Amino acid sequence: MALPLLLLLLWHVAVTRRWVTEGIIPAPAQVAASWYTWIFGASTQTLSPYSGTWMANVLHSARRVFQGFLLAAAVGIPLGIFIGWNRLVARVVDPSIQLLRPVPITAWLPFAIAVFGIYDASALFLIGLGAFYPIVVNTTHGVRDTNLLLLRAARMLGAGPATVLTKVVFRSALPSIFTGLRLGIGVAWTAVIVAEMIAVKSGLGYVLWDAYYVGRMDICVATMFSVGLLGLISDQVILRVAQLVLRWRALEAHA
Amino acid sequence: MSVAAAVELQDVGKEFAARDRRVVAVEAIDLVIGHNEFAAILGPSGCGKSTVLNLVAGFERPTRGRVLVDGQPVQAPGPRRGVVFQEAALFPWYTVLDNVTFGPKTRRLAPAAYLPKVESLLDLVGLRGFERHYPAELSGGMKQRVGIARVLVMEPEVLLMDEPFGSLDAQTRSVMQELLLGVWERHQQTVLFVTHDIEEALLLADTVVVMTARPGRVKTRIPVDLPRPRTLETTMSPRFNDLKRRLLALVREESAT
Repeated sequence: MALPLLLLLLWHVAVTRRWVTEGIIPAPAQVAASWYTWIFGASTQTLSPYSGTWMANVLHSARRVFQGFLLAAAVGIPLGIFIGWNRLVARVVDPSIQLLRPVPITAWLPFAIAVFGIYDASALFLIGLGAFYPIVVNTTHGVRDTNLLLLRAARMLGAGPATVLTKVVFRSALPSIFTGLRLGIGVAWTAVIVAEMIAVKSGLGYVLWDAYYVGRMDICVATMFSVGLLGLISDQVILRVAQLVLRWRALEAHA
Repeated sequence: MSVAAAVELQDVGKEFAARDRRVVAVEAIDLVIGHNEFAAILGPSGCGKSTVLNLVAGFERPTRGRVLVDGQPVQAPGPRRGVVFQEAALFPWYTVLDNVTFGPKTRRLAPAAYLPKVESLLDLVGLRGFERHYPAELSGGMKQRVGIARVLVMEPEVLLMDEPFGSLDAQTRSVMQELLLGVWERHQQTVLFVTHDIEEALLLADTVVVMTARPGRVKTRIPVDLPRPRTLETTMSPRFNDLKRRLLALVREESAT
């Protein structure tokens, strides 16, 4: 924890000693104070339009991330399994995914707004699409890495295609799938900020852009911290679930 | 009509396509293994002995000839031909118990139908008390015991073993050989046992099938007329050493070329 504290101190010194242009970058204490009001302030009586609105905006963004991410996993995991498992599916679907994958989420913004309008659907589309790629690619890799001997063992024990897929291929791909999910949730938080800046009128991304326009850099910085914190928490949640589900793997690492 | 052999290979050949050339793994193999016979396939490394086993298991299809088990051509792998792999090939995400019950569960048998059998098998292979362990927590020898138990629980007609003790240390290997002798003397199954270890072949088998270097063919077939039950003491007998000398000479002829 030494380095973050040092950076905070450096930031504080840089602002108070005026190493940076005055009035553009707020001091840590000011950000902390604004953040506090943003979270705990009374929502109506004060002059600040941000007072007390933090929780509501966090919930908007978190819900969008959760829904988009769930959508991406629900499509990406089964599709990744079929692409990895079946050469025909791979030949039909994989080229399209590889062609579309380099298109950045930001480039999809006009398309999303044109099709879905300034509504949640736009944001969910962008978040879902962004999280979908790492999930589908990692799932495919995991499936293709399944040990041939384990497939043979399962078939020798009488397993049909359905049992092989659920009890061997899926289980064997799970570590890769979790890697995909962790990368996916990161992209989802990126996408939600971009989407809320332009495609909807609520959430942390909206606040970020709005605060920038009215010159509230303290709120901008507080928003950045908020997004970072939420991203960290959601990553930790997935990591814990992975550790629970992949207990057998931790034993392997210690062996 | 005569009773069909447990395992029969008729003029079996197997070619692999490797990049731009074709590799002949085995060529014109004729082999008959009787019911309850313990046959060891012995040969230099790369002679295609594992290919023979994979063909009988149904993992691979012959490019010529026929592979019959109980008179029926082998189409695909299945529980009637249980395979014990060299690296155990246990499902690392399942406990010992879940690995052993994988076959019965896949067949949708009622637990009451297989659990007593599973328990006695775990006793037989000395794994009682390890039911809830994961493969990563087991030694190489214990993993192989699980590999044997999960196959025996299916009561296969033929047991196919591909150098199952090849990666174990000498001490563990002889313990496992005695364990297998005990299991076989109790169940009297047809066994096809691939090995490159002459002593192992002689200790375990009724018949030793010696293969030539690649492309593999059956060089000769030697009956092992050592009395049963056999123990590690068997390996000290003069008869054992006679056979060993003979096999050593045969295998040497193939390794030299």
